[in-house]
Amino acid sequence: MISLKGFITRFLSDPVAIGAGSVLLILVLMAILAPFLAPQNPYDLMQLDIMDSEMPPSWKPGGDERFLLGTDAQGRGVLSTIMYGTGISLLIGIGAVIVQGVLGVTLGLIAGYRGGWIDAFLMRLADIQMSLSTLMIAIIVLAIFQAAFDANTYADYAIFMLIVIIGVAEWPKFARTVRSSVLGEKSKEYVDAARVIGLPPRKIMVTHILPNTLTPVLVISTIQVAEAIMTEAALSFLGLGMPTDRPSLGSLIRSGFEFIFSGSWWITLYPAIVLVVLILALNLLGDWLRDVLNPKLRRGDD
Amino acid sequence: MAMLEIKDLHVAFPKGKKSEVEALRGVNLTLEKGERLGVVGESGAGKSMLAFAILNLIAEPGRVSQGSIAFHGENLLELSERDIRSIRGNRISMIFQDPMVTLNPVLSIGTQMVETLKAHRRISDAEARKLCIAKLKEVAIPSAESRLDAYPHELSGGLRQRVVIAIALLTDPELIIADEPTTALDVTIQAEIMALILKLCRDKDVALILITHDLGVVAEVTERIMIMYAGLCVETGATQQIIQAPHHPYSAGLLKALPQFAGRGTRLYQIPGSMPPITALPPGCAYHPRCERATDMCKAQIPPLEHGCACFHPLDQTEAAS
Amino acid sequence: MFVISLIGFSIQDNLGDPLRELLGQSVSEEVRNEMREEMGLNDPFVVQYIRFLGDAVQGDLGDSYFFKRPALGVIMDKFSATFELVLGAVFIFLSLSIPAGIYCAIHRDSLVTRIIMSASIIGISVPVFLTAIGMVWLFGVELGWLPAFGRGETVEMPWGWDTGLLTWDGISHLILPSITLSSIMLPLFIRLIRAEMMETMSTDYVRFAKAKGLSTARVRYVHAFRNTLLPVVTVGGLMIGTLIAYTILTETVFQWPGMGFLFLEAVNRVDTPLIIAYIIVVGLIFVVVNTLVDFLYTLINPMVKLPGGKS
Repeated sequence: MISLKGFITRFLSDPVAIGAGSVLLILVLMAILAPFLAPQNPYDLMQLDIMDSEMPPSWKPGGDERFLLGTDAQGRGVLSTIMYGTGISLLIGIGAVIVQGVLGVTLGLIAGYRGGWIDAFLMRLADIQMSLSTLMIAIIVLAIFQAAFDANTYADYAIFMLIVIIGVAEWPKFARTVRSSVLGEKSKEYVDAARVIGLPPRKIMVTHILPNTLTPVLVISTIQVAEAIMTEAALSFLGLGMPTDRPSLGSLIRSGFEFIFSGSWWITLYPAIVLVVLILALNLLGDWLRDVLNPKLRRGDD
Repeated sequence: MAMLEIKDLHVAFPKGKKSEVEALRGVNLTLEKGERLGVVGESGAGKSMLAFAILNLIAEPGRVSQGSIAFHGENLLELSERDIRSIRGNRISMIFQDPMVTLNPVLSIGTQMVETLKAHRRISDAEARKLCIAKLKEVAIPSAESRLDAYPHELSGGLRQRVVIAIALLTDPELIIADEPTTALDVTIQAEIMALILKLCRDKDVALILITHDLGVVAEVTERIMIMYAGLCVETGATQQIIQAPHHPYSAGLLKALPQFAGRGTRLYQIPGSMPPITALPPGCAYHPRCERATDMCKAQIPPLEHGCACFHPLDQTEAAS
Repeated sequence: MFVISLIGFSIQDNLGDPLRELLGQSVSEEVRNEMREEMGLNDPFVVQYIRFLGDAVQGDLGDSYFFKRPALGVIMDKFSATFELVLGAVFIFLSLSIPAGIYCAIHRDSLVTRIIMSASIIGISVPVFLTAIGMVWLFGVELGWLPAFGRGETVEMPWGWDTGLLTWDGISHLILPSITLSSIMLPLFIRLIRAEMMETMSTDYVRFAKAKGLSTARVRYVHAFRNTLLPVVTVGGLMIGTLIAYTILTETVFQWPGMGFLFLEAVNRVDTPLIIAYIIVVGLIFVVVNTLVDFLYTLINPMVKLPGGKS
């Protein structure tokens, strides 16, 4: 383990970590402060004017200074939609990881601590789910939901659905990690000691084992947020995720895709850049965290 | 000329971006043909490092930073990769510590034996197999013919170590380096394996470097001892002499800690403290923080190895014998 | 498989009213009820399910609402396209990731390794549909080197399989989509192979192999690499779901006439039998691939023996 001070020192001495961290911070702030910072509110139909549609970025001929990065087919400023869209992507990403985390940690603790058939059953389930892949599960479930409900109802629940589906589909990653660290911790003396004093199993799990499994959980969380955002973007791109009137980054790219070949590349390009940068920053940060918090100790040679 | 002569051997590992730490800090060693030497010390003393250095197999990012290893007068450290390969497993072979992880789990015993022969001899597969069976019989493996097609997981730990020994003997080497060959085995078969190694070395006049932390085993098998502490040789000499009258306080401590030397009913002796890691060696004699004879001089200077003992305050004859 | 079929049927049962899709809105209530009775839609769930299962075993998953043909047939017509796309992608990422992974494991601090590793984390961070769009835009539109849409010319094989691999036109159409599809697997596999190879390179049996005086090539490729393959095969088997999901994305962008593209169209048209047929075919692919992976695993790993094999 590493102290908070050591952690900060390591962070400040690594240019990649600083870069990824600050990019992420900027994107998050941008998303949170979108209602105050964004030049327009893309959800406010009163502000939209179809005459403004498909304008190129402001420095190009035909651009308008109101729309720094141009406008899309409905006359929404690309910059503004990106700011709001990033927020929705982040919301779904973080929400899904919270669901994954709660579900995965709980099931992982139970599987690791109880062992026996519960463990075997949960891990078998995890195997099956992992091999089906989150994206596949999500595509099928969302396809069915979309077929079952009409478009408006679907649009209302899209955020919620995405969070739940991506959350439920990815629990095995957390569960496995937690389970393996529980198995490691369980054999240690302090757990035996706690059991000998007669603490109930749930109490031992929560107060004694859980805190020791948090490091790996923190590491995967970061990478999982990136994965969840990527999954959401893919689903939205397929038209199974966020509707275009409440767009995430993925649905922005989808709505711009058909205009690439007519020359309106900016509708796709800018949200795509933001999406890649966001995922990259999270991945780099996740890698860095893993290196710092979980260093593979060099094997002694004697 | 001695068969093996190691001079001032240093092995260094990088620490951080610029500095290095030394796992071996200048070790000297000579070995004659057919001689059996025991290298003794706690884990981390650099014993295995010495073994791997001889075969030029120090794991990255470690490296030999200084010194020479002469085998029949030829410096092994200066050989090309191809030339050192023709010595490894051929004229010098090695027995590893844990037979459960020494053999490749996905290759059959036969494959792993035959490939060794084929690396060093021009020999047909059929002949190689015949030779392998003969060696397996030599190390007393029952139904040797059928074992050739077995995979490591089908054999017990003791049998696997016999296979490893058979591999080491395949090419009739002049020197075998055995790195704690019995530590990972059941207590009941440890003696068997040790006796086998001793018998084979004697019969074929093979030299042996036996690396162990067990002075008891060394006393039975070897003629000479080298005791290592924190990357340095602290005492060396004839086995019987050191067992009976050690001069270095560390050697004396190790001996006192042996159960067979403790009086009946007395508490087993333990050297206080533990060996420092190579990253945090104290100045002067590395043993001084644990040594009851240490003085200010020990804290300032590293004692040189003189008359087989590296200590400013060695035990004298009467003390040593007690 | 059983679970998949049950789920598939429940979906069909609860999703909308097939009559509406079949007959349109203009038919009177009486005719409708008659049809309903005739088609057995008023029978209890279990009866309907058993009938569905019986039909499914015979390969009858119902007719697609849109194509008015058996859904399974519609899907299978597209199978060859998807299969060749996956084949192309697997070929690309295996032929690149294995040498790259081994190289990065052996020269762990070299400049090339650092470049490959940095590129791989960027590769992981670019969603596959963006790679696809980028490919279409760059090679298809800007440079105009390769066709970016559709499958090109195909040749019908005697056993009813149409292939695009026999004409240059077909192959050139395959290049961009299969590169795209491999782009997401490639960095993952490079990292996996590198990590596993580094792990095996530091094991005692590899050290022992070196101590035996074996050649570097033999140590690396016989001793280390075979052990690296074990986890790689396992993970490869687990990735099949991801691969299928990504075919849907890739096919959508490239308008590749495969199963994934068809599936998405079916979703948009609420063509339930087709959706279910797709899910069941995907389930079948899982079973087949997993069996293959298990088989491959036993070939490499002597510790696992197939039941019935000689011990």
